[in-house]
Amino acid sequence: MSDPLFEFLCRMGDNTLVLGHRVSEWCGVAPVLEEDIALANTALDLIGQTTLWLNLAGEVEGKGRDADALAFRRDVWDFRNVLLVEQPNGDFGQTMMRQFLFDVWHKGYLTALQDSKHDQIAAVAEKSLKEVTYHLERTMDTVIGLGDGTEESHNRMQKALDKLYPYVGELFVRDDVDDAMIAAGIAPDPAALRADFDAVLDAVLREATLTKPESDFAHKGGKSGQRHSEHLGHMLAQMQWLQRTYPDATW
Amino acid sequence: MITDKPDLKTVWDWLDAVPDPEIPAISLIDLGIIRDIQWQGDTLEVTVTPTYSGCPATRIINLDIETALRDRGIESITLKTQLSPAWTTDWLSERGRARLEAYGIAPPQPAGGPQHCPLCKSDQVERISQFGSTPCKAQWRCSDCLEPFDYFKCI
Repeated sequence: MSDPLFEFLCRMGDNTLVLGHRVSEWCGVAPVLEEDIALANTALDLIGQTTLWLNLAGEVEGKGRDADALAFRRDVWDFRNVLLVEQPNGDFGQTMMRQFLFDVWHKGYLTALQDSKHDQIAAVAEKSLKEVTYHLERTMDTVIGLGDGTEESHNRMQKALDKLYPYVGELFVRDDVDDAMIAAGIAPDPAALRADFDAVLDAVLREATLTKPESDFAHKGGKSGQRHSEHLGHMLAQMQWLQRTYPDATW
Repeated sequence: MITDKPDLKTVWDWLDAVPDPEIPAISLIDLGIIRDIQWQGDTLEVTVTPTYSGCPATRIINLDIETALRDRGIESITLKTQLSPAWTTDWLSERGRARLEAYGIAPPQPAGGPQHCPLCKSDQVERISQFGSTPCKAQWRCSDCLEPFDYFKCI
């Protein structure tokens, strides 16, 4: 394992980077103009947060890499995002369900991270939390609106939940990197945040008339980098081709 | 090249003449993002806090600050980014709020929504979307005069 602090910062930055890029794929093709703008704004916030996390990761690493170098010059096996965020967009409902599941976790995690003993990490958490609070407000409304909507929208949201729920467990897995962060007072225990997450999830799903899958089976391997899904490579090919074809290109 | 260092009050006044690039009705000082100005020897250090972490205007703002100060003859400038305490709309000046409203953007309210329509002043308003043309704004509509308008989000 490389420096656990570097690993931890890559996890934070890669989650927001990969999800931000995924969400930006909607730009110009969302169902209505307001949603298009909302998705683009959400992506923008996430990419902004990525810059903060990955620049900090580069500083900690001390090899002269900045956020751009980390985002555009690493390949799949060096990414540390959870599998949930690299899953394809699917339809609008699936994108919103993925965002909702991530937002609930993200808000809880950032709230705890504000108490980090690492001042810069606490500052990025404090800054991000304000934006994420807005993200969650919107995705909660949308999941309820579509879940408790027409028969068609309800079925699609249930299908999205069934498909994505197996990726929730990984958000709460605790491993060696987490142990090191907890011991240093830098980051919270992810496993300890599960109960609060479940409380929000259950309340929203009830209102959305959706049913949580019974199995708690969880796909894992993204945050450790051991086994990403096949989707990440395709996404990176699209995201990185310009920097790979024309290294150091600027505009 | 200037021979005497201008006092800080003068520098604050200069920056108060720099408009926000996205919402030129208000100045950078109105927006509350200039957190500190100090002389460090012969270098002027300006501390700036971003509104939203991904706001593309941030780079333009830094460029505008530098240009404004260089135009006044200051050659050595450092821009410091400060994340914490995170920017809040509480730091918008009273004058800034009034200018926003006059410009047609409802100023932020602690209640989480606009006090009234910035155009006809009716309090019959409804939210269209939590997100708008820039990260700091939401889209609302007046159900009396039927005009859509921007609301400066409260964060």
